[in-house]
Amino acid sequence: MNRSFLVIGSMALFGWAACSKSTPPPDPTTPTAETLEMPQPSYFPSVVYDLKSNPLTYDGFQLGRSLFYDGLLSRNGTIACGTCHQQAVAFTHHGHDLSHGIDDKIGMRNAPPIQNMAWSKEFFWDGGVHQLDLFPIAPIENPVEMDEKLPNVLQKLRDSKNPNYPELFKKAFGTTDITTERFTKALSQFMVFLVSNNSRYDLYLRGTTNALTATEKEGLALFKQKCATCHAGELFTDQSFRNNGLDNSRSSDQGRFLITQNTDDLFKFKVPSLRNVGYTSPYMHDGRFSTLEQVLNHYSTNVQKTATLDPALQTNGQLGIAMTDDEKAKIIAFLKTLSDEQFVKDYRFADPGFGKAF
Amino acid sequence: MKKLFFGLLFIAAALQSCKTDPDPNEKNTLTLSFLNKVGTQDVVLGQESYQNAVGETYGVTTYNYYISNISLKKSDGTTYTVPQDSSYFLVKESNPASKKVTLRGVPAGSYTELSFMIGVDSLRNTMNISRRTGVLDPGDATHDGDGMYWSWNSGYIFLKVEGTSPQVAADAAGNRKFRYHIGGFGGYNAKTFNNLRTVKLPLGSIAATVGPEQQPVIEVVSDISKIFNGTQKVSLAQYPTVMFADYSSTIANNYAAMFSIGGVKD
Repeated sequence: MNRSFLVIGSMALFGWAACSKSTPPPDPTTPTAETLEMPQPSYFPSVVYDLKSNPLTYDGFQLGRSLFYDGLLSRNGTIACGTCHQQAVAFTHHGHDLSHGIDDKIGMRNAPPIQNMAWSKEFFWDGGVHQLDLFPIAPIENPVEMDEKLPNVLQKLRDSKNPNYPELFKKAFGTTDITTERFTKALSQFMVFLVSNNSRYDLYLRGTTNALTATEKEGLALFKQKCATCHAGELFTDQSFRNNGLDNSRSSDQGRFLITQNTDDLFKFKVPSLRNVGYTSPYMHDGRFSTLEQVLNHYSTNVQKTATLDPALQTNGQLGIAMTDDEKAKIIAFLKTLSDEQFVKDYRFADPGFGKAF
Repeated sequence: MKKLFFGLLFIAAALQSCKTDPDPNEKNTLTLSFLNKVGTQDVVLGQESYQNAVGETYGVTTYNYYISNISLKKSDGTTYTVPQDSSYFLVKESNPASKKVTLRGVPAGSYTELSFMIGVDSLRNTMNISRRTGVLDPGDATHDGDGMYWSWNSGYIFLKVEGTSPQVAADAAGNRKFRYHIGGFGGYNAKTFNNLRTVKLPLGSIAATVGPEQQPVIEVVSDISKIFNGTQKVSLAQYPTVMFADYSSTIANNYAAMFSIGGVKD
């Protein structure tokens, strides 16, 4: 009798303990999936993107990848992120000086590469967005890009059967809820993972001294001397905004001024990274140059003096950067060593196949 | 000993007397009821029948604004600040429900001054996407179409007023519209103009008293005509579009003075 009471009592206790220890409902912010490690080369600066607020997971990345290549994000289903950001050309728009978006509308600027985003302090040529998670709203709602409204995108995703986005969100974030935060964070997971650090120049940096030819090494030395004031560090940009002396009489694009309304910022644009520059033609914020030779000729002989011209392009009373043809050829030879073939061919970054990107 | 006894009795009595004031541990709701007017008339969207100080006729088709960082001051000078995360509201003339801002959990007491910010403070404008919920969520369908967030120059639009005026030149579509989208929190990495304005409104002779049985309603009037007829007189013909540009600060200075207290109801 006593014994059975004891047993029942302890069972009750055990039951109570088990209840109190039962697994709590899944925290929707805690990813259930396998985590991913983003490559962080030792010679890159410290990461800007807050990875703790959006831990990378395999399923989060795959969801982001699906979204990136899905035309569903646009008003009529025709334009995906991957339309203007194509992997084979380091996520730029091949052959387009200005991108064309929905209904063949022409954008205002050249589509920049998507690479090494976790190190970027600001986004767009004018730095109008300061956080990667807030970025996708702009092309989605831009009338000449995707011309859609974010609430509509979220609704279309909730209704989507193929792919089954509610299930993909559940895999990535624990429940089928589709919110602005999850949507933008999934896209960020994909974009943050697009790290380009396997060019021949990277091999050279990591100790393979013969990864560069003698000419390319000479080009590197010349580059450091003539270009690295702005294209600084191993990301090849100091992330500043500068007026690089382009003839701005032909366009009304006021650049950074649009964001700050400070006249000192008129016609300034972000110094772009030069990684993969061999793939990302055409060049400049408006794609006006189609070859690297044209770019260097601009800097050597065609820099225009305007009120906000960068001081680095007018030293010792001289406009531009003095370079001989031989020096230019060597610098270009070096720049092409920044091409990361592995990055542009990495199958993990490719269109998964069911999207509608062209 | 006797003295001590009386002393204790006195303290007890003093403590007892405190209880006649509303117990600040008691909480109840206080409602801000926004009434949007043009001068003395309630605004009617789409009715082109108003006149500004420079003699232009106009009508209003859209009128939205953010209210944030609400605080209430008692007559003794102490202040109750609505918790940050619960202190963002989007008032839209087209949506009657949005004009009733219900503050829950307000400590009991007699409040004599209301203060709030027109717009969304700079800190929130730079926060992680996870902190942009409800009316601050650009993907929330319940306030879609108001476009109160600039995606290309990341930041919220604090006040949006759009309408028509026969004095405004026709646009490409043949419409004679004015469009004022006022934002600008001061910039993230680079400084730019700051159009955040804080409003302090004394409630006048009648305090708003929150108590166990008391849920006061403060009627807050916004007078749209003040946007054009403030310290600076604004011409719609001259400025049919004001968005992210220096002139927006003139508009912000004007609307900073457009709020007043309509009354307090218990």
